[in-house]
Amino acid sequence: MSWRNRIAPAQPGRRRGAGPSARRRMVVVVGLLGLVSVALIARAFDLQVVRKQFYQKQGDARFLREVPIPVSRGTIFDRNGEPLAVSTPMMSIWANPAEVLDSDEHIPALAQALGVDADGLKAQLAQRSDREFVYLRRQMAPAAAQAVLDLGIPGINGQREFKRYYPSGEVTAHVLGFTNIDDRGQEGLELAYDDWLAGKPGAKRVIRDRMGRVVEDIEQVRAPKPGQNLTLSIDRRIQFLAYSELKNALEKSQASSGSMVVLDVRTGEVLAMANLPTYNPNAIGGSRPDQRRNRAMTDVLEPGSTVKPILMAAALSSGRFTPTSPIIDTTGGHWYFQGHDIHDTHNYGLLTPTGVITKSSNVGAARIAMQLDTSLMYDTYRAFGLGNSTESGFPGEASGHLRIGRDWRPLEKAILGYGYGLNVTVLQLANAYATIADGGVMHSPTFIKGGESEARQIISAEVANQLIRMMETVTGPGSTGTLARIANYSVAGKTGTAHKASVGGYAKSNYTSAFAGIVPASNPRLVGVVVIDDPQKGSYYGGTVSGPVFSKVMEGALRLLDVPPDNIGRWYVGGPLQNVDGLVGSKPPADAPLDDAPLDGGTP
Amino acid sequence: MIEALYARARRFLRRILTRPRIDLPLAFSLFLLASIGLVTLYSAGDGNLALVGGQAARFVLGGALLLVVSRIPPPVLRSWTPWLYAGSTALLVVVAILGEGRGSIRWLDLGIMRFQPSELLKLTMPMMVAWYLHPRQLPPGWKDIVMVGLLIAIPAGLIAEQPDLGTAVLVTAAGAFALFLSGMAWWRIGLLVGAVAGMIPVGWHFLHQYQRDRVLTLLNPESDPLGNGWHIIQSQIAVGSGGAFGKGWQHSTQSRLDFLPEHTTDFIFAVFSEEFGLVGVAALVALYAFIIGRCLWIAMEARDTYSRLLAGAIGMSFFVYVFVNGGMVAGMLPVVGVPMPLISYGGTSAVSLLTGFGVLMSIHANRKMHI
Repeated sequence: MSWRNRIAPAQPGRRRGAGPSARRRMVVVVGLLGLVSVALIARAFDLQVVRKQFYQKQGDARFLREVPIPVSRGTIFDRNGEPLAVSTPMMSIWANPAEVLDSDEHIPALAQALGVDADGLKAQLAQRSDREFVYLRRQMAPAAAQAVLDLGIPGINGQREFKRYYPSGEVTAHVLGFTNIDDRGQEGLELAYDDWLAGKPGAKRVIRDRMGRVVEDIEQVRAPKPGQNLTLSIDRRIQFLAYSELKNALEKSQASSGSMVVLDVRTGEVLAMANLPTYNPNAIGGSRPDQRRNRAMTDVLEPGSTVKPILMAAALSSGRFTPTSPIIDTTGGHWYFQGHDIHDTHNYGLLTPTGVITKSSNVGAARIAMQLDTSLMYDTYRAFGLGNSTESGFPGEASGHLRIGRDWRPLEKAILGYGYGLNVTVLQLANAYATIADGGVMHSPTFIKGGESEARQIISAEVANQLIRMMETVTGPGSTGTLARIANYSVAGKTGTAHKASVGGYAKSNYTSAFAGIVPASNPRLVGVVVIDDPQKGSYYGGTVSGPVFSKVMEGALRLLDVPPDNIGRWYVGGPLQNVDGLVGSKPPADAPLDDAPLDGGTP
Repeated sequence: MIEALYARARRFLRRILTRPRIDLPLAFSLFLLASIGLVTLYSAGDGNLALVGGQAARFVLGGALLLVVSRIPPPVLRSWTPWLYAGSTALLVVVAILGEGRGSIRWLDLGIMRFQPSELLKLTMPMMVAWYLHPRQLPPGWKDIVMVGLLIAIPAGLIAEQPDLGTAVLVTAAGAFALFLSGMAWWRIGLLVGAVAGMIPVGWHFLHQYQRDRVLTLLNPESDPLGNGWHIIQSQIAVGSGGAFGKGWQHSTQSRLDFLPEHTTDFIFAVFSEEFGLVGVAALVALYAFIIGRCLWIAMEARDTYSRLLAGAIGMSFFVYVFVNGGMVAGMLPVVGVPMPLISYGGTSAVSLLTGFGVLMSIHANRKMHI
């Protein structure tokens, strides 16, 4: 019983097999087969040979990505290698919203790890679901961020970043400035040296799959250039001293603001620059713009009497004046000049030019100014940098203002002689004093340690030395600057008390109290300028308010810098002082300072 | 009785092994193709050995079925044909009632493996048409054409309802090929094709939205690069970036990085093209063309109408699978769910294809004798 037996043989008539018609059909089918095969191969040829480049580029574009290699910002050091600004690694968490929302059961856990509200997070993601990159939280501590990433939620990624930290906080805030969340400098030296500090992020080419995961690193496209370190001329210890003494003085006098600058005479390096009010650069959010101003460079003031040594530089340079001649007549303490009352606080009678500085006589200064050639006076003021930018490269530095000499009216010239009618920054004033201190050689002030700056001789060394001797009398007996004295060191300086300019003239009882000084006077090393704005309580005289700040800060600075004393026993009374350490020295006597001479009322 | 059956089964099995009735060129080509399929699948599946092993197991099952079927003489097959056709159509009805599947209902769960009854029709449909035309006067007249049309329309309609338009079209084509090979007059073909073309706007109305989208996307893939255009764009990028000589085995970036969708199933040919380039594509197309040509040659040599029509229809169906999938991967045809025969991962397809080749082996073994 085989199958074959059961099947009836096919009827011969119906057994058509492959007849001629069937054969033709097969030819058609085979022809079609050939045609379609050729078409498919032709298409493959078109894609794989003719348009290969296009598709390869398209393909590469889908998985090859250039991603940045983050570099850390350079550290800023003070001149002794103490860090002032450091970058610490942080992690930012970002999300691909659509992907996260796809599995939104993870959102509560995610929100908890991020420390945010779950509903708020979901709303935030939903709102930006058309984007592929949304920061969820910037700059988390690395451990906390790792905890978020360890949840393994699809669409959540981490990005390495750096956060700037300023160990000295508000003390160095104005000089350093700060960076934004993207690690770019926004203010101060962080901004001025941004390119140097930031370096150049590198780039590498990676293969990423469709979910954006990096599968493989291919090559480094650009080597990362790490940010370079910056060593400042600032001495953190002097900076702290200046800051704390300024703060004490401001508290004591209830003044609104204050600045202090300390310069190295021989190089023009800024050793300290402190301002109040200040802010915490580690928490910029809580600060006001007025706290963030580096007042020593961005604000201008009328220098008042502190400009008198510069007037005297012009006078000595003219050859018509020496420290002792001619005698200036300030009798009566008033000089009615072109309807204007120029006056002193006391009647000083006849004064030598040195006496004009010692007593800070406005009448004397105005009389000297009127005897000077206008162009000489103007050129000298200019040469000392009054009204010129110091070109320190600091962002937002003010240049001050000094009207061009040939436009000066006589009264204006007289008033310019004692420091009104022009304005300068604290740094400009300090630099002018540093020029006198360095024998008439002017440097551009710099914030960089060892920063080369051009030096120009602007007055003769002889005149400069005479000026220092004259200014030394300001801290001597019967002068305005006795509170600026420093034990064992001689101090040359000048006080300044200026009425503050306000709307419609000069304010009657608002003053700028300044002291600018050079130490040690016999061999100048440092210049310090203290300006305290609008003291409300107690005295408002520059010698009284700012002088003690100068004294304390510079005393500390001299000791810190190991500057040899030049004035041991100067005020010796009754034999040298000796203590158990064998230290020999003397204390300055507590002379009451002579009142300074602010201009009173009137419009110059 | 039982002993007799048992003895017969043993004899049958022994004959399969000792005297296989196979066409060696066809068998060798299929073996080569299956090997290429496994090698490509290993790469496309990212070295997933379980995937390759599963596919190999199906090839073994399909190969066994091929050997068994090749021993069944065409007349016996012909006598079973109406029952096979009726049975597979009935299964379609069962699927419609209790089948399962994602989006569309195509699957029957047999416990050990899931099974797609529509796949059976790819074989039983041309068998039925050949069975119907076998005793009749050829070329067929309108009456027979209408009868064949009905035989085709019932299961095709059921499949289209699942909805699985791709398979419905392929099943219809398989039946139509048998009709075409029967020598149906050209003018009748022209008239029918014209009528169908006239029906297209009406048919468009009955298409599901996703099916319309696929056709529209083919016309302009860039219109929706992340949605429907994604398949076409990614596939073309994969093929095109392969270049003349390919990126090498296991170096198909588009597939490995997950950009190419369905890269182990419908779009595996894109992976192959990316890895082996134009050279590989040409070789594979040549291998397919050889297999199809061999099928057609077997049809020409067939002893009776039933065998000839069946063999020709199976060959032409295979032809259509290859070039519809190839055209889809190359961006010439819309995205329809037609796998690349014996290369794409997928169970029922491999098994039913090899069973179909078993029928061809049988027809070849019983070819007419040249005296």
